[in-house]
Amino acid sequence: MSAERPASTEATRSEPEADPVRASRRQMIRDATAISIYALPVGLVFGLTALQAGYSLVDVVANSSIAFAGGAQFAAAGLVKSHASWLAIAGIVALVNARHLLYSAALMPYVSDRPRRERAAMAHFLTDETFALALGHFRRIKAFDRRGYWIAAMAIFVPWQIGSIAGYLVAGAVDANRLGLDVAFPAAMAGLSLGMVSGRRDVAAAMGAVVVAVLVGLAGGASLGLVAGAVLGPLFGLAVPPSGSEESSAPETPEPSAEAGLP
Amino acid sequence: MSVALVPLAFLMWAVTYPSRALPMLAPGIERLPTWAISYLRLAGPAALAALASVNCLLTAGSPPSLLVGIEPAAVAGCVLIVARTRLLLPGVIAAVVLVAVARAFGAA
Repeated sequence: MSAERPASTEATRSEPEADPVRASRRQMIRDATAISIYALPVGLVFGLTALQAGYSLVDVVANSSIAFAGGAQFAAAGLVKSHASWLAIAGIVALVNARHLLYSAALMPYVSDRPRRERAAMAHFLTDETFALALGHFRRIKAFDRRGYWIAAMAIFVPWQIGSIAGYLVAGAVDANRLGLDVAFPAAMAGLSLGMVSGRRDVAAAMGAVVVAVLVGLAGGASLGLVAGAVLGPLFGLAVPPSGSEESSAPETPEPSAEAGLP
Repeated sequence: MSVALVPLAFLMWAVTYPSRALPMLAPGIERLPTWAISYLRLAGPAALAALASVNCLLTAGSPPSLLVGIEPAAVAGCVLIVARTRLLLPGVIAAVVLVAVARAFGAA
């Protein structure tokens, strides 16, 4: 699980590499713009989901800035709405976000010479999109680029905050149930789950999770079903031989959910 | 204005941040067994699929029962659209519109 070791860890200090760095940054900004445009309306959906779950505006801002984890934020809002325990919420959030372990490991060769405090700050903003944009940029310039990383991070962080707040405020002014907005949450979860699927193992894990969640949920309640499905679902995936795209253990590309505009 | 869920945001951060930071701050921790890495990869889609299913296939009662109505159909439509476009937003919008129209005509 290691990406190729970069030739330099501070591209901005190397004059001969300045133009390639700027060119790569421009390419990254073009990609980031598309992601930003899409993150805004998805943030809107989160805002209205949070409103339906009983969040205050302060809760929404805290969630989007402190937790800053789109799919997990949707998951937590659904669980809050169904009065699940915070322990169950923490468990689900940890599972949903466990993939970040792989992203962080893949970036490590590029950031290993950076100060620990800087790496600690960078980690808070390490989302699917930040990983996708930053790794592509670092690979193009074969080095770490601090400014590039923060451009990638802010490309998703800023529109996500704006979208979340706007969604909350807009949804508060309409009859969400009459407009069918209550279905946005399960639809978003199902779509996001599909967005993460990149091979037959993912399909097996997701389908196994659905079957377990519904069966256990019917017998013991929705919250228990949810936890059982989330924990046992991956075992169905492990029982299936990996397809070609699933054989490598080190991610060179983020989960497909990055395409969905979620942090 | 309530701040009751702000501590939950910190709790979510506390269980998310280690995944984001540990390999960058403590090199070597990423050397997990292959099966563990595979499990971590699969946990995301499994957790979200479980979440979607209990929210659109089970009623809110206790004990819950299977939900029959326009909502599961709308979610299925969203899945189909996302599968074709790889974009979340069009699928969610279609699901919302379908449910809104059905409710407007008294079908849900």
